[in-house]
Amino acid sequence: MSTLFGGAPVGRPASLSRRVFNQGKYEASTMLRNGEQLVLMIVMPLLGLIALAVTPILDGMGDSRINIATPGILALCALSTAFTGQGIATGFDRRYGVLRFLSTTPLGRTGLIAGKVIAVLAALAIQVVVISTVAAFLGWRPEVGGVLLGIPLLILGAITFTALGLLIAGTVRPEATLAITNLGWILFAALGGIVLPADKFSPTMAAIVDWLPSGALGTLMRAALLEGRVDVFAIVILLAWAVAGSVAAIKWFKWN
Amino acid sequence: MTQSPTPALDIVGLVKDVGPITALDGRMKRIISNISLQAHFGAVTALLGANGAGKTTTIECAQGLQRRTGGSISLLGQDPENADATLRARVGVMLQDGGLPPAARPLALLRHVASLYENPLSVDALAERLGIGEFSNTTIRRLSGGQKQRVALAASLLGNPEVVFLDEPSAGLDPQSRIMVFELIRELRDAGKAIVLTTHLLDDAQRLADYVYIVNKGESVTEGTVPELLRQSTATAAHRVMTFEARPGLDTSSLQRAGVLCEETRPGSYRMGGSLEADDLGRFGQWCSSGSIMPTSVNLASQSLEDVFLAIAESLDTEIS
Repeated sequence: MSTLFGGAPVGRPASLSRRVFNQGKYEASTMLRNGEQLVLMIVMPLLGLIALAVTPILDGMGDSRINIATPGILALCALSTAFTGQGIATGFDRRYGVLRFLSTTPLGRTGLIAGKVIAVLAALAIQVVVISTVAAFLGWRPEVGGVLLGIPLLILGAITFTALGLLIAGTVRPEATLAITNLGWILFAALGGIVLPADKFSPTMAAIVDWLPSGALGTLMRAALLEGRVDVFAIVILLAWAVAGSVAAIKWFKWN
Repeated sequence: MTQSPTPALDIVGLVKDVGPITALDGRMKRIISNISLQAHFGAVTALLGANGAGKTTTIECAQGLQRRTGGSISLLGQDPENADATLRARVGVMLQDGGLPPAARPLALLRHVASLYENPLSVDALAERLGIGEFSNTTIRRLSGGQKQRVALAASLLGNPEVVFLDEPSAGLDPQSRIMVFELIRELRDAGKAIVLTTHLLDDAQRLADYVYIVNKGESVTEGTVPELLRQSTATAAHRVMTFEARPGLDTSSLQRAGVLCEETRPGSYRMGGSLEADDLGRFGQWCSSGSIMPTSVNLASQSLEDVFLAIAESLDTEIS
């Protein structure tokens, strides 16, 4: 009975890549087993896609409904998973001391953040496969060049929204994180230019939305997948949000 | 006592300010003004103090979870504020609030934590040792306090650390869990680990600790082995207490004398204390037989660590006021 600790070798950390990979895998599987998260990550974007495909909201904007809708819905997936999903999970992990406990293990704080980014990207990959498959059945036919351009832009969007989600989760109470990130999701999705192009609204509204991370990501995805080009103004705005969000999160994130 | 020359943990003159505090007009509040502590391999070192004395802050500074304002800390020869993965793998931490995700299941969580180490202990063996098997697939939010504590303890030990920090390890433990956890702590000590635990329960310190540091209001007050501390305190040196249960409303005046007081603390419970001598026990026997009193329980205790602690706290309060 007393041989449990005595003869065993003392603690050594697993390699950095394995620690981060294992944390990402663990967090991703936790996300995918959570019913509410699945609704937010898969069901809501799918409903949005189908609604835009069968109603005349996008009519008169050029191209087919599904071709305009799909890039925005993919951008919405990044918002759901990185901002709302990861924000809420991190807010509650912080409350329960999970972040503090994990930061005392070989994983550490850097590994914890890296693991979260990996989990977001893994979940996003699954969302992209599901949404793209359904969109393809509804008649979505993107250019290969546009797809190759869209993937890194979507990753940049996910990183930006992860930083913003962690900034909120790390500075306010988890209940407030829940409220802010859910409200943010609704506002960004409905009015933030992520799903519906901003020029669908008034020109004043469009001018504001162009400066938001949601508007920038929506514009970038549509420009890439519809026209096969990078919208320079939008990528500058999104990069600025990514840098500002990360710097603020590093500066103000409270572990307990 | 004999101790190895290089301590596993060496805290010298720890100072910690928190804030800025709005209630103090934005000034910082000093919550630890001077705490020093050494923990050695193969020993249980207890940090004992009332709630709010600064125990948790002290060990969180030692773990690198909080940044100190002043003083020095050496954990396995390194500054814990710059702990890298190698140092963190050699140190196990059980937080006061557990730090376990409520939606996780114990066994899956332990397997994940084990995967962060190159050469972890067997999850199954550790889970079996702590009786985790019986609730291994229940989500953590559904577990009792004692079950959560056992999972948190297992998680802190998976890397087979050289130093183990346990913040209030017996909080919320049912008697069965308590025995299990205490046995494991002794086993860790016998395996040569340095164990640092905090507790506000004197009984825990008395049962487990090889060396005790008493802290009060952010300062080290006194230190020593349990017998040393008991000897050190002169304030209560002659203090013995006898408690007994008998029928309520008995006249205890004949048991009293100068220096010995007997009172009914609540109906049917009596407390006789002071400089009790053998004669006092004789008088107690006579009192029983002459009054046809058959006590349902009698307990005689010498001063405990609790008395030492209370005496220290009392003398400090007098000094302050």
